[in-house]
Amino acid sequence: MKYVDEYRSEPVALNITQEIRRIQTRPWVIMEVCGGQTHSIVKHGLDYLLPETLELVHGPGCPVCVTSLEMIDKAHAIARRADVIFTSFGDMLRVPGSEADLFAIKSQGADVRIVYSPLDCLKIAKANPDKKVVFFAVGFETTAPANAMSVWQARREGVKNFSILVSHVLVPPAIAAILQSPQNRVQGFLGPGHVCAIMGYSEYEAISARYQVPIVVTGFEPLDILEGTLMTVRQLEAGNAVVENQYARAVEREGNRVAQNLVSEVFEICDRKWRGVGSIPKSGYRLRYEFRDHDAERLFEVEEIDTKEPAICISGQILKGIKKPHDCPAFGTLCTPQSPLGATMVSAEGACAAYYAYGRHLKAGEVRYAV
Amino acid sequence: MPSWREVGKVCLGIPGKILDAYESQGLRMAKVQFGGIVREACLQYVPEAVAGDYVVVHVGFAISKLDEEEAARTYRLLEEMGQLGELADAQINDEVRRGNSS
Repeated sequence: MKYVDEYRSEPVALNITQEIRRIQTRPWVIMEVCGGQTHSIVKHGLDYLLPETLELVHGPGCPVCVTSLEMIDKAHAIARRADVIFTSFGDMLRVPGSEADLFAIKSQGADVRIVYSPLDCLKIAKANPDKKVVFFAVGFETTAPANAMSVWQARREGVKNFSILVSHVLVPPAIAAILQSPQNRVQGFLGPGHVCAIMGYSEYEAISARYQVPIVVTGFEPLDILEGTLMTVRQLEAGNAVVENQYARAVEREGNRVAQNLVSEVFEICDRKWRGVGSIPKSGYRLRYEFRDHDAERLFEVEEIDTKEPAICISGQILKGIKKPHDCPAFGTLCTPQSPLGATMVSAEGACAAYYAYGRHLKAGEVRYAV
Repeated sequence: MPSWREVGKVCLGIPGKILDAYESQGLRMAKVQFGGIVREACLQYVPEAVAGDYVVVHVGFAISKLDEEEAARTYRLLEEMGQLGELADAQINDEVRRGNSS
């Protein structure tokens, strides 16, 4: 498949890793921000191709993982209502709330449906005028244009029984929070390619300059990730700290202006709580007041819910790049994708689930990998 | 090739080819092909994209038109990187194998 197969060429991958070995003189720690990148790294065993002194740590860029427990419990409370059809991306259904997940709630009789695109919800709303259709609008800047369009289109078409429960998160404040942490080990970043396709990367230039870290906007295929890593190592070795764009086939510095305009027409920036991390100022989107008729948080007055996380789970430290899945005593034993204790085991983009899916919970020698 | 599950993931954007574009409910939509899978996607955010173009599609929305020249240029540079170091390839392959089995 074009734009996929050629970026998985093994000989070219070895060219890049050879160049990294040639130029690297000391250990470095690089974080890939996006869960899609983590998944690709573990799936293709890219970390095994890199020198041992070059450590990739996994970032917070898994939207399903970082959606706060309070918000998930709110979603569950709304989904249980008899007058509601609750719609969601498939990944959210197995995310554990304090008491259950959406699959369990569905099996108890609630009308919970998986959608591919938020526009699908409008069709459901029009076909079920006696029901309230609620969409769980999670995600980073990448899903914001799609979710914004669903509300904008609902208003335009006069679909009054459609609302969204917004739990949007933003990448740059999370990177800044990681860099401000006294425990931070990260010296360079592979920036989130698709987030930057929407938002551009000028925001990252301010972060790179302020914290003196290289940030390389990077794609998702194996060669993208290896090239992004090479570009980051080059900067680290030379003592540079600028933003570069490895993913130029999809990303321009200004991003997608058409999408940005609609996102800012529908959403405004707010403080947001991240699961496992805590509240980060100005790190999320909420609906603007003009769209209040489509705001599920306003329409369904869900009381604040007292939430509880399993004490053993270290997903918060994993999301910040401080720990890795193997550091958790429950990884692969008490906590598996079939019965996840924490968010990083739930989504395929979560670091724990990716490690588990590709056999990293097995003993050395049993590990499966593919290039 | 992406699996059906991958095409529907929250976080993954996937490159696909626009087969044909049309209007529906006032929105510009298209049939987009991902390997053997064809799905509908909204083209409102890539007004310049037409049939035959490749776009990155994310939760049913094309978010970026792929730049063919840029893609070819990057790939050529990566391929050429190897021509300088062909002599060392055998040694690197050995190292990689050792790294994988450890």
